[in-house]
Amino acid sequence: MRTRTPRVAGLALVLAAGLAVAGCADRSTDGGTAADPSASGSAAEDGGGSAADLAIQPLVQVDAEGAEVAAGGDGTEAADPAGDGSATCDGVAIAMAGALTGPNAALGTNILNGAQLAVTQHNEANPGCQVELKQFDTQGDPQAATQVAPAIVSDASVIGLLGPAFSGETNATGPIFNQANLLSLTASATNPSLTTNGWTNFFRGLGNDNSQGAAVANYLTGELGFGTVCVVQDDSDYGIGLAEVVTETLGDAANPDCAAEVKTGDKDFSATVQIIADAEPDAVYYAGYYAEAAPLLSQLRSGGVEAAFASGDGSNDGQFVSQAGSDAEGAYLSCPCGPAPEPFAADYEAAFGQVPGVYSVEGYDLATIMLAGIDSGVTDRAALVEFVSGYSGVGLAKPYEWDSTGELASTTTWLYEVQ
Amino acid sequence: MSTEMTTTAPAPVHLGVGDRVRLWWDALPRQTQWVAGVVGVLLVALLPVLRPPVLTTVGTDFAGVLAQFGMYALLAIGLNVVVGQTGLLDLGYVGFYAIGAYTVGLMTSPSSPWNLTDDWLSREWGWLFAVPVAVAITALSGLLLGSPTLRLRGDYLAIVTLGFGEIVRLLADNLSTVTGGGRGLNQIAYPVVGQSAERPNGIFSAGNTGLPLNSGTWWFWLSLVLIVLVLVVVGNLERSRVGRAWVAIREDEDAAEIMGVPTFKFKLWAFLIGASIGGLSGALYAGQVQFVVPTTFNVINSMLFLCAVVLGGQGNKLGVILGAFAIVYLPNFFLGRTELFGIPIDGNEIANYRYLFFGLALMILMIFRPQGLFPARQKLLTYGREVYVIARRAAAAATGRRTPDTTGGAR
Amino acid sequence: MSALVLAGGQVLADGVIDFNVGALGRNFWSLTVSGLTYGSIYALVAVGYTLVYGVLRLINFAHSEIFMLGMFGQYATLMLLGFNPSGDVFQQGVLLTIVFLGVAMVGGMAVSGGAAVVLERVAYRPLRRRGAPALVFLITAIGASFVIQEFVHFVLPKLTGNALGGVNAQQPIRLVQPSTQFELFGANVTNVDLVIVVAALALAFAVDRFVNATKFGRGIRAVAQDPVTATLMGVSRERIIVLTFLVGGMLAGAAALLYTLRVPSGVIYSGGFILGLKAFSAAVLGGIGNLRGALLGGLLLGVMELYGQALFGTEWRDVVAFVLLILVLMFRPTGILGESLGKARA
Repeated sequence: MRTRTPRVAGLALVLAAGLAVAGCADRSTDGGTAADPSASGSAAEDGGGSAADLAIQPLVQVDAEGAEVAAGGDGTEAADPAGDGSATCDGVAIAMAGALTGPNAALGTNILNGAQLAVTQHNEANPGCQVELKQFDTQGDPQAATQVAPAIVSDASVIGLLGPAFSGETNATGPIFNQANLLSLTASATNPSLTTNGWTNFFRGLGNDNSQGAAVANYLTGELGFGTVCVVQDDSDYGIGLAEVVTETLGDAANPDCAAEVKTGDKDFSATVQIIADAEPDAVYYAGYYAEAAPLLSQLRSGGVEAAFASGDGSNDGQFVSQAGSDAEGAYLSCPCGPAPEPFAADYEAAFGQVPGVYSVEGYDLATIMLAGIDSGVTDRAALVEFVSGYSGVGLAKPYEWDSTGELASTTTWLYEVQ
Repeated sequence: MSTEMTTTAPAPVHLGVGDRVRLWWDALPRQTQWVAGVVGVLLVALLPVLRPPVLTTVGTDFAGVLAQFGMYALLAIGLNVVVGQTGLLDLGYVGFYAIGAYTVGLMTSPSSPWNLTDDWLSREWGWLFAVPVAVAITALSGLLLGSPTLRLRGDYLAIVTLGFGEIVRLLADNLSTVTGGGRGLNQIAYPVVGQSAERPNGIFSAGNTGLPLNSGTWWFWLSLVLIVLVLVVVGNLERSRVGRAWVAIREDEDAAEIMGVPTFKFKLWAFLIGASIGGLSGALYAGQVQFVVPTTFNVINSMLFLCAVVLGGQGNKLGVILGAFAIVYLPNFFLGRTELFGIPIDGNEIANYRYLFFGLALMILMIFRPQGLFPARQKLLTYGREVYVIARRAAAAATGRRTPDTTGGAR
Repeated sequence: MSALVLAGGQVLADGVIDFNVGALGRNFWSLTVSGLTYGSIYALVAVGYTLVYGVLRLINFAHSEIFMLGMFGQYATLMLLGFNPSGDVFQQGVLLTIVFLGVAMVGGMAVSGGAAVVLERVAYRPLRRRGAPALVFLITAIGASFVIQEFVHFVLPKLTGNALGGVNAQQPIRLVQPSTQFELFGANVTNVDLVIVVAALALAFAVDRFVNATKFGRGIRAVAQDPVTATLMGVSRERIIVLTFLVGGMLAGAAALLYTLRVPSGVIYSGGFILGLKAFSAAVLGGIGNLRGALLGGLLLGVMELYGQALFGTEWRDVVAFVLLILVLMFRPTGILGESLGKARA
């Protein structure tokens, strides 16, 4: 074993030589920043715009035609889960179903945490009404969801459900909840077809892919005046639906030659970047989640594509900025949700040690609506469905009022810019 | 059915308890075996109705878990034919599961372009019609995959089958105009029987949540019936010339070829039979979940199926069923559980770590019991019963002093 | 049935898969450069598979997780050196950057190499002692793979105060801003491409020399060829096996650093699996057990994947890789160069 050490050193030498060869050519990139002798990295200054102070800032609120809409309130008049503090109830619970473990757990946890915050605030303010939030883990898997759903339905204390989180599991479990007439209030399933099944108990707490996609596509070609756009999608239900609407609304502006599809979990997008670079678009729209959006954007910039970058609510997450760094600057992110007001973000971070993520606000708002129902004296499932279908009020993210199919009556889309 | 599997304590003297049970079981007359088997199956079938206190699951529906177990059990039996009996390492078995499920989905989902149910097939009977088609198409796909690749040996076959499994999933993902891609195919037909006031869509509809006979229970029962049928078929094959050829190929392919066994043909048979059983299971899946999406069929699941086979004891078709049970049941056991035997536990936290524990369990098991929990024993395939009866008499006569050597090494 | 046959025709008629020859032609050289770069990462990881396979006839399925640990190893090294992840490029000057990259690579190699040795010690050696069949090794490897992934997923964040591991990818630490150095037939060659290819070639050359021209390499070849005779001739089989795992692991660690140069935000618990699968395919493609085969397979796979993506569409990447593998194996059942670490066994 001892004799191996020189071998390792030899390898390291060869390696260092290799790096040196490459490094000689590297000088030109280095903007003349002298290497700080004291710098063991922490002191190292970064070159251009510092990523540390980049954040997703609200830009404008638009309607489905991409026209600007005056921003509504700033969230101060939003419904408060605390209510007036005098509610009484006994032994009622709301359930949350979504992926809490498995590869999609991050989204499920965001929703759960949002809802948990609302329930905690409610229970603190209302000593006479302690509502329990029961969590059910579907793992984001349709078959697991069909096993979880009967457990939710057979739990008599559960009078309302926040979820299911994804369109796939909603498809698989919809008939179960519908037959049990259990309120199913989803914070994240955006497949437009879900509201066409005739489920009377199903309400969507956010605009579906159609509304968001049309708005942002119109904004890209209208307000921002982009002539050609490459639409890249992932293979998730969400990404496919969004890309379809965006491409359709963009019309001639969408360049079919550089429409690409990536897989969830991919991290290297060299071919996609090459194809996009080849097409020289004005903008790139990515329909998918931040885990792929951030590396895609970084690699586009490295590959010399300077086109504007836009994406949807799946990328509208702090992680997008932290992973893409300064490359994220100037990226447009849409969301059918309004900016989360400051106190909410602070409370959330205090409670869970992380900033609110995608769908956290929806989780909070929808739980608040169910809690408002419970506070108003609702004690059974049918009455809660009734309550929600007649509900009209403003939440943190947007006004909530549903039409007969379970879609939000009016959806506006917010555009954000990373700056 | 399960009686012979229950005891696996280490051998006290010459014969392990398991071996003694096996010897006793193998010597029983066929009729008695059948009666015991039927009783065993009935007991298992009662599980979702009785929901025994500790055994039942908390965070998920026990009957639903058992229904999934039924499908995995079928998969394990099918994969066992390929891996356990014939010794061909198949890492892409999930591909057949996917083909079965997607065939049913494509034929009966309204979102599929090839939907037949609004054409000439009724939604009530569409599923039943689609199942044999699914089995046939999966068998065909097994043939298509097998005929060029089965000339490969060992690890090369493993990687090719793995590639096949991934290709099937990626095709389902990419051919989105046909399969819906990541959107999947929804509202797949299921058998509509037993409609009543509370169960407007019949007992197999996911909407049937009336305890204890909810849809999970019915699907579990249906899969039990299919498992028994498949076991009879596979068991008979095993005792026939085909089964002997499989064992010969598993033990030494070259020797088998030299002795005149057409190895390629029998390997293809094993592939075909394994594939069609996988397709059957996939068709069940499509009917129960009524929704198929590519992510269900990723390569990790292939590994899980293989783990079920190896865990249970490859080659032992009852063992692999128990292996499938462990794979499906254990992760669900902890979900949502807050106490176990009065000890408070955080079941969700444990469920979070399920793959960690699962991996550790696999590693430990492979070190201490590499042949699986219920290993297969070599046994006489023909005229077995007569020999076992004699062997048992001999064992009884020797009052356990000497081990009759017919038990272990008889080939 | 006839409906299904008709439907099959419909797939082709609808142009579900279309060929974009133009995209391939226009970007041919760019794709080639990019593919060779990525392929050299495949190649380095593939060497790990091939070495272990050559010596033990064992598919070390957990090698992808060794690679993943290497990514975390180099990341942790950089953090220890004082780099705070910010998503920006640290401008250090060429020399310091090279030093830091070198140190990070050593860190990654140490973690990967160490993990590979531990894996061998904990998981495989007890099995070897018991003379377990190949399938048992495979299942153990799958188990180990689960354990390592879930460790990084759940346990590591608890141990490091959420600094490492968890659900999301690590915030990247970028030392090199990719920038074009020169053009090759119209294709931009960046500094990152150069570093990756040069480093990978250097490492591959070093390993080739190591196996073919040193005492230990002779030991490896001897054990691969005939373990029993090798043992009789005084080669310590156990030591050779540990050495093989160590070398394979270290290469995976080096590959991990090169990979993060190209894909800075790829440091995630699930980031090794697919890459490992491809690298394994690359090893089989070239002829598993054959060092040069692994290199050839890696480069070929890297390039073909990119060509395929341009030709058929980006979503066909993995299909192209696996179809290529199946086609090659159908015509050359032991890979392009055949098995030969210690000259093929019958």
